[in-house]
Amino acid sequence: MNRFSLWPQAASEQAARVDLLFIGLLVISGAILLLVAGLLLVFCLRYRRGSSAPRGLLPGFLRRDVEIGWTTGTLFLALFLFWWAGATQLRAKDPPAGALEIHVAAKQWMWKARHPNGAREINALHVPRGEAVRLVMTSQDVIHSFFVPAFRLKQDVIPGRFTEMWFRATEPGEYRLFCAEFCGTDHARMGGTVTVMQPEDYARWAAAQPQEENLAEEGARLFTALGCSGCHAPASAVHAPLLAGAYGRMVHLADGRTIRADEAYIRDSILQPKRDVVAGFEPIMPSFEGLVDQGDLQRLVAYVQSLRGEAAR
Amino acid sequence: MSGITAERAVPDRPSRADSYLTVETGLASWLLTTDHKRIALLYMAAITVFFFVGGAGAVAMRIELFTPQADLLSADAYNRAFTFHGVIMVWFFLIPSIPVILGNFLLPLMIGARDLAFPRLNLISWYIFIAAGALAAYTLLAGGVDTGWTFYTPLSTAFANGHVLAAATAVFVAGFSTIASAVNFIVTTHLLRAPGLTWFRLPLFVWALYATSVVMVLATPVLAMVLLLIFAERAFGIPIFDPLRGGDPVLFQHLFWFYSHPAVYIMILPSFGVISELVTCYARRRVFGYSFMVYAILWISLVGFLVWGHHMFVSGQSVFASLAFSLLSFVVAVPSAIKVFNWTATLYRGQIVFDAPMIYALGFIGLFTIGGLTGLFLASVPVDVHVTDTYFVVAHFHYIMVGGAVSAFYGGLTFWWPKMTGRLYPEGWARFAAVMMFFGFGFTFFPMFIMGFLGMPRRYHVYPEEFQVWHVLASAGAVILAAAYLLPMGYFAWSLVWGRRASANPWDATGLEWQTSSPPPRENFLVSPAVDRGPYDYHPAHTGPPSMEREPHRPQGGQA
Ligand code: HEC
Ligand SMILES: [Cu+2]
Ligand SMILES: [Cu+2]
Repeated sequence: MNRFSLWPQAASEQAARVDLLFIGLLVISGAILLLVAGLLLVFCLRYRRGSSAPRGLLPGFLRRDVEIGWTTGTLFLALFLFWWAGATQLRAKDPPAGALEIHVAAKQWMWKARHPNGAREINALHVPRGEAVRLVMTSQDVIHSFFVPAFRLKQDVIPGRFTEMWFRATEPGEYRLFCAEFCGTDHARMGGTVTVMQPEDYARWAAAQPQEENLAEEGARLFTALGCSGCHAPASAVHAPLLAGAYGRMVHLADGRTIRADEAYIRDSILQPKRDVVAGFEPIMPSFEGLVDQGDLQRLVAYVQSLRGEAAR
Repeated sequence: MSGITAERAVPDRPSRADSYLTVETGLASWLLTTDHKRIALLYMAAITVFFFVGGAGAVAMRIELFTPQADLLSADAYNRAFTFHGVIMVWFFLIPSIPVILGNFLLPLMIGARDLAFPRLNLISWYIFIAAGALAAYTLLAGGVDTGWTFYTPLSTAFANGHVLAAATAVFVAGFSTIASAVNFIVTTHLLRAPGLTWFRLPLFVWALYATSVVMVLATPVLAMVLLLIFAERAFGIPIFDPLRGGDPVLFQHLFWFYSHPAVYIMILPSFGVISELVTCYARRRVFGYSFMVYAILWISLVGFLVWGHHMFVSGQSVFASLAFSLLSFVVAVPSAIKVFNWTATLYRGQIVFDAPMIYALGFIGLFTIGGLTGLFLASVPVDVHVTDTYFVVAHFHYIMVGGAVSAFYGGLTFWWPKMTGRLYPEGWARFAAVMMFFGFGFTFFPMFIMGFLGMPRRYHVYPEEFQVWHVLASAGAVILAAAYLLPMGYFAWSLVWGRRASANPWDATGLEWQTSSPPPRENFLVSPAVDRGPYDYHPAHTGPPSMEREPHRPQGGQA
């Protein structure tokens, strides 16, 4: 975090791509600006009142042809820039399989992170260099936005919904973390530090954190405590779907739709079970709205997600 | 030279009994007037007050941001200051300023009409505006709001503890005033054009006002609706955006930006019109590519409705939706570029005079070009992800809306001041103010591009030290800018008493508004004008303007 610079630090793969695009845009718009400013200057000098420059009729080609020419010219330039920007975005769309998954919860006015092994931190995030890291984020109150300028990444964090972002850090170091979406009184103080470490250091760091159960294990306990297992356990007398392997597959619904069982779907199944009823089952599952808070919800979702692994094994 | 003869037949100054300023006297004659010219002045008085109030918010922010720590304002006070600055400047200054001051005054004059189509509606819309302004003032006095002018949910509906409902009501009410004026302008343009004034003979300012009005009528109801939804949720607990009860907080953003992106064009389109009038008059040339200028305005107003999602690239919307909005945003940049090129080409082989309005116009073109080009950065999804919600965006929209629209407003006001008041402003001071505004603006807002790219988020009252140098530059520039905004108020006021009397057409311009005395009589024209040619006939079609003499130019028509 050096004091004076014209260019932000770049510490992720995406940062390099964004910077390239940014430089391209700077060059192109700089050229257009110079052209316009240059023409303005030249015309203003040459055709100022009283100058001896010859005036008179505009050359014929300078009417429609030129007009059509620069209209199509700018249109093609715009399309080219769109293609470049779009392609850059699409390349970074999906995280690679097996990315390190860290859960982030935002609330007025702090960031809470939870690593796969249960390590927790507040207003700080430690990540290994060179590994793909996927952040699964939700907010407990208003909309926040997770912004790491050195990674050139930002993602709104929304209550009642999971949003994701992923990155591969390239440079060890400490970088600023900001909340970028205005979120109330102490919005400006809702920040922290992202520390990129060598993978060995990260492993050591994570192991040294006070060990807690991980999300999925806590979710498993909630699953029994809240009575979910009473219906969903294989031995249960109630006719309810088995959740092993449920996460990520396509589900046929009673009303004929088919949707993917992603995080949002699981979340909705818990809060508003009547909304998407699985085909072949009665809508008897009660809503857990108000009984589970955002943290519990994250744990339950993590548990259901972890069942995928068991089914695959 | 029949046109010029017609022009000479117009008296420079109306008699006291004719001039719209003196035909009736007394407070009631102003507050109950249905004369579009007087209503324009009523609007000018109200909007000047709002400009000061909104400006005070900006001053408070720039002082606070001089150092990284909180020194002048608490966190809440700062949040209220920027919210208030945004709400006032958007809805009580930028959106109304050019249409209801210059537009109200000039639209009937430019098309040869005696008044707007619905003079009483025009007066009512002023009163609605004042009522909305009173509500906004109440909001401020009661303690303010802290949601930002964007009122994002669920912050605004469930968490903010300021006077959200009062502020939302103020904006809601102001919308009706906007709609009333817009309907009035549309009908006037359709029905009251002088004989011979066909659509493609309309001055570009009229086209710009017309397109703006159409956008206002289509977009403002969406704002009204979304504000009502906020009301429903915050006041009556009806869940719409609250995720805990099945609502969708992001839905708000879609509705809000569906209005607010077109609103950006409501703020900038009128200035396109103003700049076209100024550039042609002071370059003594017909505008380059008139029909392309018209189509560009229409294209912008149409496609402007389809790009709102570019404000939501990081909101969690699907990448493919983002790409579609990105494409449309690039497409809408093209007509803006056409306008810049055409203004530039209008100067070619002209006879350019650097009076104050022309300096404003040239400054506008420069600043608008920078604002527009940085729009390309924001239309690029990956770059936008990095710079959205930072000072880069703050700089970008201030370049368009302050460097652009406000410069155009001052330029237009300077240009038409003699027509509105019958007095000439002091040219030297005006040129000085115009130059100062350009540089003051640059010093204030250019550093914001840099700090935004470096990662400085917006709406922060404390910030990491590495950004301080840019904030100091911006705050210092703001001092110059503030002086440049105040100076014209001083010399305009001065000119009302000591300014030289203006002739009917001091700039030898061709528009119909100059073919009547300065200030115009109550009925605008003593004899209804007829139009026999297109606008901007500053030189004969077969040759350019001479190098020195102002003639030959022909007015669009006259009272003959
Ligand atoms: C009263 C029995 C009952 C209880 C208790 C219950 N569920 Fe369910 N659940 C069902 C039934 C029946 C369905 C299928 C019909 C539907 O989709 O609503 C279902 C569906 C689901 C689904 C969607 C499964 C799929 O295959 O798509 C998920 C996820 C789920 N429940 C999770 C939970 C969790 C977590 C809890 C505890 C917080 C819970 N359920 C408690 C009966 C129950
Ligand atoms: Cu926040
Ligand atoms: Cu927009």
